[in-house]
Order: sequence, then structure tokens, then C-alpha cells
Amino acid sequence: MNSLLLIEQSLNGLQLGVQLFLMAAGLTLVFGIMNLINLTHGSLFMIGAFVAAAVLARSGSFVLALVVAVPATALAGALLEAVVLRRFYHRGHLDQVLVTFGLILVINELVRMVWGAVPVPMALPPLLSGAVNVLGVSYPSFRLAILVVGVIVALALYFVVAHTRIGMWVRAGASNRAMASAMGVNVELIFLLVFAAGAALAGLAGIMAGPISAVQVGMGEPILILALVVTVIGGIGSIKGAFIASLLIGVVDTFGRVLLPPALGSMIIFMMMAAILAFRPRGLFPVHG
Amino acid sequence: MKTRTILAASCLFAAFGIAHAEEPVKIGFISTFSGPTGQLGQELLDGFNLGLKSVGGTLGGRPVQVIQADDQAKPDVGRQLADKMIESDHVQIITGVNFSNVMLAIAKPVLDSGAFIVSINAGPSQYAGKLCHPHYFNESFQNDTLPEAMGIYLRENGVKRVYLMAPNYPAGKDFLAGFKRTFKGDIAGEVYTAFGQLDYAAEIAQLRAAKPDAVFFFYPGGMGINFVKQYAQAGLKDQIRLYGPSFSMDQTVLPGMGDAAVGGFVSTFWSEDFENAASRKFTADFEAAYGRIPSPYAANAYDGARMLDAALKASGGKIEDKAAFQKALESVKFESVRGNFKFNANHHPIQDSYLAQIVKDAKGRPAMKRLELIKADQADSYASDCVMKPAK
Repeated sequence: MNSLLLIEQSLNGLQLGVQLFLMAAGLTLVFGIMNLINLTHGSLFMIGAFVAAAVLARSGSFVLALVVAVPATALAGALLEAVVLRRFYHRGHLDQVLVTFGLILVINELVRMVWGAVPVPMALPPLLSGAVNVLGVSYPSFRLAILVVGVIVALALYFVVAHTRIGMWVRAGASNRAMASAMGVNVELIFLLVFAAGAALAGLAGIMAGPISAVQVGMGEPILILALVVTVIGGIGSIKGAFIASLLIGVVDTFGRVLLPPALGSMIIFMMMAAILAFRPRGLFPVHG
Repeated sequence: MKTRTILAASCLFAAFGIAHAEEPVKIGFISTFSGPTGQLGQELLDGFNLGLKSVGGTLGGRPVQVIQADDQAKPDVGRQLADKMIESDHVQIITGVNFSNVMLAIAKPVLDSGAFIVSINAGPSQYAGKLCHPHYFNESFQNDTLPEAMGIYLRENGVKRVYLMAPNYPAGKDFLAGFKRTFKGDIAGEVYTAFGQLDYAAEIAQLRAAKPDAVFFFYPGGMGINFVKQYAQAGLKDQIRLYGPSFSMDQTVLPGMGDAAVGGFVSTFWSEDFENAASRKFTADFEAAYGRIPSPYAANAYDGARMLDAALKASGGKIEDKAAFQKALESVKFESVRGNFKFNANHHPIQDSYLAQIVKDAKGRPAMKRLELIKADQADSYASDCVMKPAK
């Protein structure tokens, strides 16, 4: 592998990692703060992509698609939380997995009823359809945009969680729910907001994934599995952990696929997860004390 | 006990021949209707139903009962469905199966029970060769034939170095093996990716560095959309042409690929611009009924229903006379949307394969445009392994 290819593959790895981070950030917050395993996170990813594709097809504007689809996904997430999932915070993880798995099937069928079974088109925004030169490598500009958006989101999340009052409540809720509640934090509202914010991030991930992958029913499931791996490796509830684990997985997966035989290449991240959990059972950056 | 009941029932039917007219032909339609590939089952069923409608909703003058079931793309589920359809629904024909691994799981029990299998899609090599069976018919294609056709085309057109890509599962390996059987040139790289992979940036970077003359790929469903979009975005679409079997770039995925697919080449037995009368009627009726352009999957399914009708007409509607029905199928004559079609001795098709290119149609939608005949009367490579047992 020469140096140009090395740079290109590193960019690919980082870009994949950042894309995973957009998915994993919401998942890890919801899991860490509400102790809820939310498998419908993949469905929110799909909803974001489908709404954006529909807006894009009608208006031709990618910006408008973003402006409509992100709040729409947040709303869908808030509805899901208020109508169904709120009742499952105090139930066991098995019940949560069952109900959210059931919801995946329901949401998939709903999307199939609205948009049909044929994958829908979603083009690149014209402004970002070319390539840019990065360190001598001609790299697709939309992938670079994903990288930039992901890093901005990561910094913004870090700032909100670490340096604002809401972030303080969120951290308080994550480390000790009962105590936070006793100290006067409106836990119910915080939960709703966190869930909606997580949904918005999943929607954003779906929108950014739309132009480079198939917008079809069930598109959220494969990425959900990777996001769960990221969440577990990073430490449940930790934004920093999710970010570092995402990049780690993106890079390891990219080079594993290229350098290892196919069967091993597709297993490498799961082997890495097993190895990390053997030494750090609570992930790289555990949140709960 | 059960066999005795069936025997008694068939004796009754034999005695009162007239009962045939009212008794429906029972068809079990097992296909994938849910999950990421759930679209394929619907595409096949839509084509099959339209084919039935085109012959008046009856087969050989008898009413039809189609029992539909979802195999969820899982061989074990398919097997359970087939057992149930044979034992409690008493279906006479099983069709619809889209995945070869599901077909391999259900074929033996179905054939052992005496029912017919008429495949409108799955074409595993085993049943074209050593396991060929008097009651097993495949009217669509044997899996290897389209990649073989593309291998012939690229070899004959002086393409030297080809890069191969497919998912790491049995059909992926079969398709690349079929291609290599006829291509015989240099293989610049042969890459198998995880089934269901989302991101191909790493593989595409390796591909670009290998500088091949052409890429032959087999990625059905969403994988193909991911790959073709990302390939175009990497700026390779017009530098290194994409070639594949029709499944890689047909109407089940073209709407999702959009412009990224335009310019690619496929080998196919049928494309939506076929000029024969049956095909023109089929594409027009399909678009009117379902609001989309049909794919070769739907075309094969449409043909399947019409073929059953023709065979049952030829055997006087008596599907209960299995030997007669088998004979009628073997020499069946029907107006295929594919034009030239007949069964080989191994009950698999002999048909023409074409090169088609993805272009934009009059409405700006990506669609296949037939360019040239690659091979007339193409048979599969397994027919010589088949020793067809006498009719039962």
C-alpha cells in the first residue's frame, strides 16, 4: 500500500467512524441516561433518510431537506418516547429489547406502506458532488462534508454536556437518576429532550447516509448493530467514549477489510470488542460510578 | 393413512373427470416478502399475478388458488412452509422461490411428495446437473448463465484485465466462478465483501489502485445501490466501466441508484425495451397496474404463469395426471416475453442472452437498453451432468 492509498484509506476510516458516531451518540445517551436499550434508533435513522429524500425530490434543495427532516425525526422520536417507550424505563432489558424490536417491524411496514418497497432515489447535493484534493488524494467532497459535520456535532455535544446546565442535568441523570430527581431536576422532561435529541442525531446520520447508500426499508438495522458495538466499546452513556470508539471502529474496519481475508475482515471489529471488554468490561470510558 | 386419502381422492377425480373443471389448481407461492430483500417476493408475485390475469385468471381453463407465504429469506422457514403447503394445503405446484439456498432446502421434500417445482427465479446448479428431477422445472435461468454470458462478451471484445467484486456468500462465489469460466483473461483482483455491507469506500480505493480495464460485480438489492452510488461518487463511473448480470442493475434497484448507474452494462435475457408483442403488452400492463417499470424478475414470473397455462391447456387441464403434465411442460409452447425460449433436457431454459446498457428513458428514469445479442440459444453448463429419470 503506497502512501497516497494509505492517506485515502485513513480518510475513509475516519469518515466511516464519524458517520457511526452520529448514530452512536444518541444511542449511548439514551442507553446511559434512561437505561433503555432502544433498537428503534435504526428506524429513526431510516425515517430521517426517507423524509429527507422526499423533501429533496420535491424541492431539489438539500438544505431544505436537512431543515425539515432533522426536526421531523426529533418529533418522531419524542412521540415514540411519550407514547410507548416511557412505560418501559422501569422494565427489564429483555422487555425493552422485545418492544423496540417489535417497533422496528411496525415502523418498517409503515415506511413500506408510505414509500413502497422499491428503494427511493436520493441524489448528492450538486455543490458537494465533486471531489476535493486532500493531501494529494482526490476525495469525494460529500464524504468530507460528513467528516466535518460529524466533528462539529461531536464538539457541540461535548460543549453542551460538559459546560452547560442542561448538560449538567444530563450527566447527573446518567450517574444517579434517583438522586438527580431528588435534587429537583425534572427528569421526565430531560428524558424527553434527550430522546428527541438522540432521534435528531439518528435522523441527521440517516440524511447524511442517504446520498451514499440505499434509501430502503430496513436500512437502519445494519448500522444499528455497528452503533451498538460502538456504544459498548466506548462505555455506555459516554459521548467521549462513543466518539473515540467510533473512530477506532471506522479505522480498524476499513483497514481490516482491505488487509485481511474476507471472513476475518468482517469479524475484526467484533473480535476487537471482545478483546476490549475482556480487559475493560464497562467499556473504554465508563460513566456510571 | 394420508397417502391412502390422497389416492382415494385421485381415484374419485379420475372417475368423475368432470370434477377437474371446478377443482382449482393449487399453487404454493413461497418467496421473500419481508426484510431487506422483501421487495423481491413482491416483484415476483406482481409479475406472476399479472401473467395469470393475462390468461384470464385461469390455468388451462381451471380456476387457480395461489397460496402465498413469506420465507423471510431463511431456508428453514421455507422448508416449514413447503411442508405445510404439501401436507395441509395439498398444493400441486410450488413456485415463487427467489433464493437458491431456500430452493435447495425445500426441493427434496416437495419432489419426494410428488408435487412439481416450477422455479421462476432461483436456479441453483445442483438441480440443473446431478440432482435434475422429472418434476423440477426452472423457466427463468440457471444462476451461472448470465455471468458466463458477460464473460464471453468481455473476452470477445478484447477486455484484458477485470476486477471482480461480490458479497461473501454462496451465490456471490457462483456468479464470479461463472464469469471466470468463460472470461479467461487477467483477473486484476477478486474481492468478497461482507453480506449486507454498507460502505465500499475502502474497496473502491483498492480497486482504483489496481487500474483494471473493467469491473464485473454482483451485488443484489441494497448492496448494489450502496456500491454503485459510491463508485460513481469516487469518480470512477466513466473511467472504469461497470459490468454485471442484470440483477446488479435492474428495476428493483435502478430507481435507488439514479444517475450513478447510467452507463453501466448488464447481461440479461430480457430488458424493458424488448420489441416483441408479448413484451410490449407486459411492460405496458405492468406499469399501468403497479406504477413502475418491471424488472427481469417480474418478466420471468409473468412468463411462468403463462407457461403453466399453456402446459395445462396442452394436457387438457389435468394436472393430476403428472406424467402428462410433465410432458406438456417439457415441450411447452407459449409466447414468452423473452422471445426465444425452450426447455433443455435438464428442464432448464435454452434462451438468448443480450448485452444491455443503463440509459435514461424518455421520462428521465434509468432503464436498460438492449444493445446486442451475446449468445443465441445459451444453455447452462450443468446440463451434461443431468441424467433425467423417466417420468413418474
